[in-house]
Amino acid sequence: MTKHPQLDSWQENELQKSLSRFPERKAKFVNHGGQEIPRVALPDTINDEYVKKLGFPGRYPFTRGVQPTMYRGRLWTMRQYAGFSTAADSNRRYRYLLDQGTTGLSVAFDLPTQIGYDSDDPLSSGEVGKVGVAIDSLADMEMLFDAIPLDKVSTSMTINAPAAILLAMYVAVAEKQGVALEKLQGTIQNDVLKEYVARGTYIFPPRPSLRLITNIFKWCAEHTPAFNTISISGYHIREAGSTAVQEVALTLANGCTYVQAALDAGLELDVFARRLAFFFNSSSDLLEEVAKFRAARRLWARLMKERFGAKKPASLMLRFHTQTAGHTLTAQQIDNNIVRVTIQALAAVMGGTQSLHTNSRDEALSLPTEASVRTALRTQQIIAHESGVANTVDPLAGSYYIEQLTDRIEQQALELIDTIDKSSGVVACIENGFIQRKIENASYAYQQEIEKGERIIVGVNEFQSEEENPPELLRVNPQVEEAQIANLALVREQRDQTEVDSDLQRLRDAARSDDNLMPHILAAVKHYATLGEICNVLRSVFGEYRDRG
Amino acid sequence: MTKETRKHRVLIAKPGLDGHDRGAKYIARTLRDAGFEVVYTGIRRTPEEIAAAAVQEDVAAIGLSSLSGAHLRLFPAVVEALRKVAAPDIPVLGGGVIPEEDFTVLKEAGIAEIFTPGTPVEKIIAAFSDACEAHYQKRNIG
Amino acid sequence: MTSIAELIAGIKNGEPRAIGRAISIVEDGGVHGHSILAALDVERIEAATVVGLTGPPGAGKSTLTNQLIAHYRSQGKRIGIIAIDPSSPISGGALLGDRIRMMAHAPDQHVVVRSMATRGRLGGLCAAAGAAVRVMAGSGCNIVIIETVGVGQSEMDIVRLADITALVLAPGLGDDIQAMKAGLLEVADILVVNKADCPGAESLAMDLDGVVRERQKAPDNLIPKVCMTVASEGKGIGELAEEIARLDAACRASARHLLRRRQSQHLEILDWAMEMLRPRLLELISSETDDPVSDPRVKAMEILKKIN
Ligand SMILES: Nc1nc2c(ncn2[C@@H]2O[C@H](COP(=O)(O)OP(=O)(O)OP(=O)(O)O)[C@@H](O)[C@H]2O)c(=O)[nH]1
Ligand SMILES: [Mg+2]
Repeated sequence: MTKHPQLDSWQENELQKSLSRFPERKAKFVNHGGQEIPRVALPDTINDEYVKKLGFPGRYPFTRGVQPTMYRGRLWTMRQYAGFSTAADSNRRYRYLLDQGTTGLSVAFDLPTQIGYDSDDPLSSGEVGKVGVAIDSLADMEMLFDAIPLDKVSTSMTINAPAAILLAMYVAVAEKQGVALEKLQGTIQNDVLKEYVARGTYIFPPRPSLRLITNIFKWCAEHTPAFNTISISGYHIREAGSTAVQEVALTLANGCTYVQAALDAGLELDVFARRLAFFFNSSSDLLEEVAKFRAARRLWARLMKERFGAKKPASLMLRFHTQTAGHTLTAQQIDNNIVRVTIQALAAVMGGTQSLHTNSRDEALSLPTEASVRTALRTQQIIAHESGVANTVDPLAGSYYIEQLTDRIEQQALELIDTIDKSSGVVACIENGFIQRKIENASYAYQQEIEKGERIIVGVNEFQSEEENPPELLRVNPQVEEAQIANLALVREQRDQTEVDSDLQRLRDAARSDDNLMPHILAAVKHYATLGEICNVLRSVFGEYRDRG
Repeated sequence: MTKETRKHRVLIAKPGLDGHDRGAKYIARTLRDAGFEVVYTGIRRTPEEIAAAAVQEDVAAIGLSSLSGAHLRLFPAVVEALRKVAAPDIPVLGGGVIPEEDFTVLKEAGIAEIFTPGTPVEKIIAAFSDACEAHYQKRNIG
Repeated sequence: MTSIAELIAGIKNGEPRAIGRAISIVEDGGVHGHSILAALDVERIEAATVVGLTGPPGAGKSTLTNQLIAHYRSQGKRIGIIAIDPSSPISGGALLGDRIRMMAHAPDQHVVVRSMATRGRLGGLCAAAGAAVRVMAGSGCNIVIIETVGVGQSEMDIVRLADITALVLAPGLGDDIQAMKAGLLEVADILVVNKADCPGAESLAMDLDGVVRERQKAPDNLIPKVCMTVASEGKGIGELAEEIARLDAACRASARHLLRRRQSQHLEILDWAMEMLRPRLLELISSETDDPVSDPRVKAMEILKKIN
């Protein structure tokens, strides 16, 4: 084996530091025959080309992973997205999941909350508590995290346009629990750009949205340094029908837009860059997905270094959460979905994800039942403890196919990013519909392949069978809406209205100026101003976004 | 205009708040490619907006898509809104994540056809085509 | 809706269902269409201001239209919109998405929006749009806006149906201005620089100012003005509406309004004529010319002679 100087330096620095800070899970990793499993398998000859393209885990360009020992040190976070109907119900589900060995909470909000309407708004009718938990005021948030110590869990909140408000409520709950804010761990999604092209829960136009986002970056850097202030998401772009290359390109292009907005707002790159997290989709083409994750990591490191001049390694690392691909789940033969999810989860792990959500088998039909959620979690546990893929870092590296694919995805993604840059950037390309068009075309082509039978989906266009008995489904009790509205009325009655009014007035003035809005929002939520009231103030100043369709 | 160029005009809409319009857009595009004129209203529409648009556009059928689980409330609300604008004759078809056990309730509420993620696209096109034809028959001026 | 008489009464009363049905019928051009058009209130049609709004894709025409609706509604006016999108040349179908931006006004009885596909009609589009304008105006609309993407010849013709034409441009949409100079820029009465909040808007406005000044032919009060708007935030809408009103008054005071109306009438007639002629011509051609023809032009003249 020819030694490369970088190998020594990596072993002495990154690896040693990591081993002493986070010892590996086992003293020795062995297979069934007792043979030792290498930490990182390397080529016989390590040349400059290898170092440049793949390098070593935990070192630029991070193709092989962001930590030197990856899952030998610590397994990925098994994070199951859950949350439904009321705060009290969700709270029970969280406590159940924590008991079952979940290591991170993930909060799903209902649509009115995500779009900034209170439960009693006419537009909320029929949607309250449907796809997640309804949060109207701090009172709901207090209930949601009742008896869950916020310094002990890491909480991921899937919230975008009103992220500042939900974050403020979370902070207010932590303060009430007496938890020091530096200890708060978790992530808010806070990625509005992808909402315009893929997910649809936008409120304000792009430019004021970017301002809210940089306000959060700045406030969190000062108060909650361990909280990830954004999760730049390709997941929904893929769900909307994009290709793997588009998923990488559009996500990283959005990432660059946030970085530039933060720089323009006067923030320091190496301070906020480490708090950027990513969120990708893992679909069924196992090898392409593995290559995709590796390509994304390498490309982001390069963009951060070469475009923005980031210096600290932490600023260059693309750390990401993964969810298995919801759009691949079928309503037919739903047990097949368990197998799909397994393949997809395997891709995410072999691609080096930091955390993972596995979908439940019945999600194409409704919200998952407790039993299906458990199977989904068990799937991750089997991969972690039985499959062996977690015992060695970046196990597919060096496969001709994987490396070619990694190069190709990186290159094509970069081309698309360049095209967007040349067309005046992401915001302009959202406004003129370029990005939406790209995704739609890809989605249409994919669906056509299925319709024409060129792409086989087992149980859908091939291998159909007589439908088995309809599965047991979870339903949201329709009384949830009434109960939530009644609670909200109570909150409005009991709070100090003059405090709320003056908080909202101050917020309005601040929105018109260049002030950071976070302190004003925090003040308002502490006096139990509702999410809808706060959003309405901002709507009146910022206007509302309308999609071209 | 001559008979052979008579176009089927339909409206595709997403009532409620969910923004997952992949399915709605796919159907809109598929219908366009099958020769329909498709008026697309975008996401987050109220039943009143949908009914009013259908009347102004004089469409022969309405397709609704909902993935948030609010279909039991929203689809019948559109039928009701159509009644209020003197257009109870415009057929409403619905698609999305809809459990089979809801079919009866929806049909009773006046939803003409229900599609789920597994429905073959030809079947959807045919259903819209039939709905349009039937509607034209009915509304011919006597 | 059963009888024509009911339909006609419905239009006069501004009933949405009657208006929607009537537009389909007049578009079809059958006998019922004649009865409807003949019964429309001529004074209303004469009084209505028809505004053409055109420009490159994504310039903000629909957003602007939406703002104009709000503006005119606040003045108590009734408004009609005809939004034209291209049909697919392959399937003949069309995806009509302009009204997405105007949906909030849908339940308002005094806002009538109609999407229309070009249907690959060589002619016919002006005829159909013209008929829709009449129905809307006949239902009491004070303003009728025709929105169309300004790219091809047929769109230019559509614009000629209008009393006042506004060309909507925006910065960052490429170097199309040069190409547009020759065509649309010539027919525009108002130049709108939308997205004035975006970089490049000022210089675009200056460019246009230059183009306008080169064009000295028009009388002073009719020289096109450059209006700056931010449609997404509703800025500059009042000014634009004022300019439309000013021009409309000026045209009506001079011979120009009548000239325009006559021009658009000619277009509509031509269009209908072409529509009617086409099937007959096709029939004659296919029945006569199975043998190789040495000069198709001569053959065409022969066939034309047979029609009279
Ligand atoms: N920044 C900015 N964006 C605008 C403005 N006006 C419209 N937009 C955005 O520009 C995009 C296109 O707007 P539309 O109104 O659909 O444009 P259009 O000209 O009707 O487009 P087509 O119908 O596709 O030809 C949308 O994303 C709008 O939100 C503006 O004044 N400023
Ligand atoms: Mg438009």
